[in-house]
Amino acid sequence: MSETTHDGGVALGAAPSPDEGLTAAELAAKYGLSVSGARPALMEYVRQLWGRRHFILAFSQAKLTAQYSQAKLGQLWQVATPLLNAAVYYFIFGVLLKASRGLDRSTYIPFLVTGVFVFTFTQSSVMAGVRAISGNLGLVRALHFPRASLPISFALQQLQQLLFSMIVVFVVTIAFGSYPGLSWLLIVPALVLQFMFNTGLAMILARMGAKTPDLAQLMPFILRTWMYASGVMFSISGMLAGKPEWFIRLMQANPAAVYMDLIRFALIDGYGASHLPPHVWALALFWAVAVFAGGFVYFWKAEERYGRG
Amino acid sequence: MAEQNTAQGAARAGERVPTVIADELHIVYRVNGAKSGKGSATAALSRIVGRGKDDAKRGVRKVHAVRGVSFVAYRGEAIGLIGSNGSGKSTLLRAIAGLLPAEKGKVYTDGQPSLLGVNAALMNDLTGERNVILGGLAMGMSREEIKSRYEEIVDFSGINEKGDFITLPMRTYSSGMAARLRFSIAAAKDHDVLMIDEALATGDRKFQKRSEDRIRELRKEAGTVFLVSHNNKSIRDTCDRVLWLERGELRMDGPTEEVLKEYEKFTGK
Repeated sequence: MSETTHDGGVALGAAPSPDEGLTAAELAAKYGLSVSGARPALMEYVRQLWGRRHFILAFSQAKLTAQYSQAKLGQLWQVATPLLNAAVYYFIFGVLLKASRGLDRSTYIPFLVTGVFVFTFTQSSVMAGVRAISGNLGLVRALHFPRASLPISFALQQLQQLLFSMIVVFVVTIAFGSYPGLSWLLIVPALVLQFMFNTGLAMILARMGAKTPDLAQLMPFILRTWMYASGVMFSISGMLAGKPEWFIRLMQANPAAVYMDLIRFALIDGYGASHLPPHVWALALFWAVAVFAGGFVYFWKAEERYGRG
Repeated sequence: MAEQNTAQGAARAGERVPTVIADELHIVYRVNGAKSGKGSATAALSRIVGRGKDDAKRGVRKVHAVRGVSFVAYRGEAIGLIGSNGSGKSTLLRAIAGLLPAEKGKVYTDGQPSLLGVNAALMNDLTGERNVILGGLAMGMSREEIKSRYEEIVDFSGINEKGDFITLPMRTYSSGMAARLRFSIAAAKDHDVLMIDEALATGDRKFQKRSEDRIRELRKEAGTVFLVSHNNKSIRDTCDRVLWLERGELRMDGPTEEVLKEYEKFTGK
């Protein structure tokens, strides 16, 4: 603490103050001022985040609406986009390639469509997560809010997008002869767990992407590799039949595969429990809790550093 | 020069309670790949391969935007920040708000200082109506608060004076209309420590007058107000103390008239 510090406001000629001679830190302590931009404790952070829940929801909905606001058909694209996607996959895999990979056709088409949408949910959450901070620096540098609001909000936007896609999934599934039953209710816990997993992953990548924006260029390749390894277009248990048991189990423990298989199992009559790995719900729960909690703490650790340019 | 600077404020405030203390504050921006002024592949490669923690060697350029600024702001003060373009005024505001991490030194604040401005949270593709809600939430207002202030915000912006524009997407607004709506949303919240970055320059003459009045109102409610502006007149009208920044250093700190006189001499007006 040097004298020059007092050059500005503290130095008093006319009105001597009892505060004179105090260092900045002592003065701050005396009047109960706190350090600006310091990272709050974990529980306090959770509380702040909860206080911002309306913002998180409104922001995700606004992003979702803004997406199609320039199109003539407007919000109809929310359903039309996944429907067209499903049609393309049906054309290529169902008509051209006649690829059913050990499943009969009435199972394969809903199997494929479900897989594509459920994987896309994780994929787009990850991509949005990478750019959650680095793509919104203007917001981060202008307003105060717990930064985790951003990746969570983007994951929530993808969840809403997925709910539109699920309408298409239901139509396709019914069209191929699997009718709604009690087992359909299982998609609720499965999607909740997948959403937790996605949010955790989005937070991890948001922190990494904030430091290294180049990740946004790299991620598509990693995600495509992940997609092919997760059995989106084929059944892992069918495709790898004859390979060592531990290898199949390892492939099936992949979180993306776990969530996809759970939802397929819930919806499609021809896709029975024999396709699921043992302890599949425990696996789903483990991935969700571990990645969400880990991702949250990892993101919070750098809270005060986001926005440095 | 700093001798009787704040005596005036002290006399008015009775007991002087500090609300913002900046202690030897340094802010440094880091810019990737700006070493040679071009982001060539070889430069990027050498940045990755380059050993050591030395930023300069890795092609990361540092911009030292604020250099060792210290001051204490008290409750009830309205402080103007002046200086030529790029002198670090906006950066200093952001650091006070805790939005930019300090390289060295610290800023202590009473409560949460907020920047007046929600531009970044608004989306051009959404209607004015939804932007009012989104902007309010982004500033940390509750849904009820926004609902109760909604009419006030729309009326203040004057958007609906020329027809029902609030239900149209913001991209259809003229730049003046959009600026007015943004200011109206931003000014709807009460703040402990309020920071305004050249917000007075928006809209037509009539709206400028209205926003100046609103800022005076906010000033009364807020503990401390910081105002960045290139308009010496609006500084004279609103502020009683002025900080003059030049090249990131605090060049002068004192009563408005005194500092502005020096500043005008400096800028050759």
